[in-house]
Amino acid sequence: MTQSNTLLPNLYKTMKRIRTFEERVGELFIKGETAGTMLHLSIGEELGPTCLGAAMQKQDTFTTHHRGHGIFIARGGDPKKMMAEIAGKKDGYCKGKGGSMHIADMKLGHLGANAIVGGGIPTVVGAGLSSKYLEEDKVSVAFFGDGAMQQGILYESMNMASLWKLPVVFCCINNQYGMGTKIDNAAGLKDFSKRAASFGLNTLHIDDLDIENAYVKSKEIIDKARKFEPGFIEVECYRFFGHARMDKSPYRSEEEEIKMRKSDPISYASNQMLKNKIMNEDEIKKINEKISIEMDEAMDFAINSPLNNQKEIFTDVYDESEPLPISVEERINKILS
Amino acid sequence: MSDLNKNYYEKITFRDALRLAIHDSMQEDEKIIVMGEDVAAYGGAYGATKDLLKLFGPKRIIDTPISEAAIVGASMGAALTGLRPIAELMYVDFFGMSMDQIANQLAKVRYMFGGQINAPMILRAQGGTGRSAGAQHSQSLETWIMHTPGLYLSIPYTPNDAYHLLRAALKINNPTIFIEHKLLYNTSGILDKNNPDQIFGKAQIRKKGKDLSIISYSRMVNFAEKAAEELAKQKIDVEVVDLRTLNPLDRETIIESVNKTKRALVLSESCYTAGVPSEITSIIFEHCYTNLLKPVIRYTAEDTPAPVAPNLEENYIPTIEKIVEYSKKLCK
Repeated sequence: MTQSNTLLPNLYKTMKRIRTFEERVGELFIKGETAGTMLHLSIGEELGPTCLGAAMQKQDTFTTHHRGHGIFIARGGDPKKMMAEIAGKKDGYCKGKGGSMHIADMKLGHLGANAIVGGGIPTVVGAGLSSKYLEEDKVSVAFFGDGAMQQGILYESMNMASLWKLPVVFCCINNQYGMGTKIDNAAGLKDFSKRAASFGLNTLHIDDLDIENAYVKSKEIIDKARKFEPGFIEVECYRFFGHARMDKSPYRSEEEEIKMRKSDPISYASNQMLKNKIMNEDEIKKINEKISIEMDEAMDFAINSPLNNQKEIFTDVYDESEPLPISVEERINKILS
Repeated sequence: MSDLNKNYYEKITFRDALRLAIHDSMQEDEKIIVMGEDVAAYGGAYGATKDLLKLFGPKRIIDTPISEAAIVGASMGAALTGLRPIAELMYVDFFGMSMDQIANQLAKVRYMFGGQINAPMILRAQGGTGRSAGAQHSQSLETWIMHTPGLYLSIPYTPNDAYHLLRAALKINNPTIFIEHKLLYNTSGILDKNNPDQIFGKAQIRKKGKDLSIISYSRMVNFAEKAAEELAKQKIDVEVVDLRTLNPLDRETIIESVNKTKRALVLSESCYTAGVPSEITSIIFEHCYTNLLKPVIRYTAEDTPAPVAPNLEENYIPTIEKIVEYSKKLCK
């Protein structure tokens, strides 16, 4: 295959890996093996993380929102360690202490998922500042949802990035819903690029399923950021399922869901590959099977990973050279003795 | 600050001691940057970063927009990726603007990420009453920080402590909140660069005594010292404990002091209810109660916002006269 013929299959594979991972997270939940129910799946939203993930370079850093599994997979996250984290187990990326919404891996430049809407956005401003100061050629990308478009911290951060000409990109994955509130009921101006452009950022609005084109355009924005022209990307998509595992979406109609789920970036990419004879059905099936096995193994790994020792409650609050916090039991026993 | 390179200053202001600490640390460590509102060209609202722009340039002394949440968040992001920022929020009251970044992000990143990363930074802010600055510029919000695991909290009283506690905070890897009382900047004292009064996290006994322990921190230590002088004339021997850091909190020194004197007055500019003194009083009750001759007194600011009118503001916080009066009653 020529180089142009490997791009779409590679993007397809990443999207399919994200989707399958999220499906297995759903299964892990049904098996009662997840730590809690705060699981925000990104099924239907694979295009944005995949094309930006591919357009970023190895040394680049990023933060994500609460619906960030897909971004992490697109940046090389290990599904086994991710799944173990979601299960709250010892082998997880954060020893099971962060969970789905606080997963991070400094080695892969993942500066942290965030459970506060907009909470991780200013982190990339600081990372951009470091990159420029230390001359490290790292772009830092903040991923967040449409909910964060209504948070003040985004505008403080976009202003700083613009003012200081930082290698930073703000990426809004607009899945149309902030929990159960539709974007029409949350945003006075839905053309988010206009907001970002008013801060002097380069902007890009992706609103179709052509991932190759989205990849090329996002790469342009990221490349400009590397030359200290910060940017903003909005990727429009649709959250196929509820906000979290317990949400049955009472705020939207079944008709809407059926209609919108037809805008599936994975089916679209697969049809494109068939149509342009880049891959045949058998080849696609083989890829899918391989991914299925990989994610089954990740789920098994999580289920079989050991639980934490109880002392892990107290570790990692402070630097390891500092004393551990005193337990309540120790305090009480000292008083009673 | 003509001579930056002396090791001993007979008389230096609290402000200059801070400037020296920042200066000396920045000379040693190129990863240290200063960022905040008006820290560069203006030199800091209270002058603690005056002239540093000339010495270190705009790459390291950075004026920020008035965006408190992003100042803290961006500093944390820089701390996670190789720098060691000293962020300044002009007033501790502005924590209100940035509390998500302070309490939900900065305090928790290390823990949430399973110990993968430290966020080694200082967040400086100035607090307290005394300049008729009003309810939004006069608070003592150390309780907010003390109630948030993951943040170290320094709250110095002397120039020597201002210097050494800031220097120490730049050498440890925890995020440290550094609160400076607005009326301390012009106070002066000795600075001996080679002699911190105590190691980081230990309280300092400012005056030894046997009849009553007054436990305090920041500017109120000065009130305690003055009250102790007056009480000495009346044959009451007060021990003055300066906590210096509220996290780590030196429980041992508190307990030891009160077990010796058997009486305690906890003095602070924070509000009465659920303040730092409430915590210290609990510790004393838990560990000294069989020795206590009198109930522990919490003498604090009122449970109201801070008023502007000077005659009201003065009596909103503890007064030396009343410290003396309460101490005498405790020692009767």
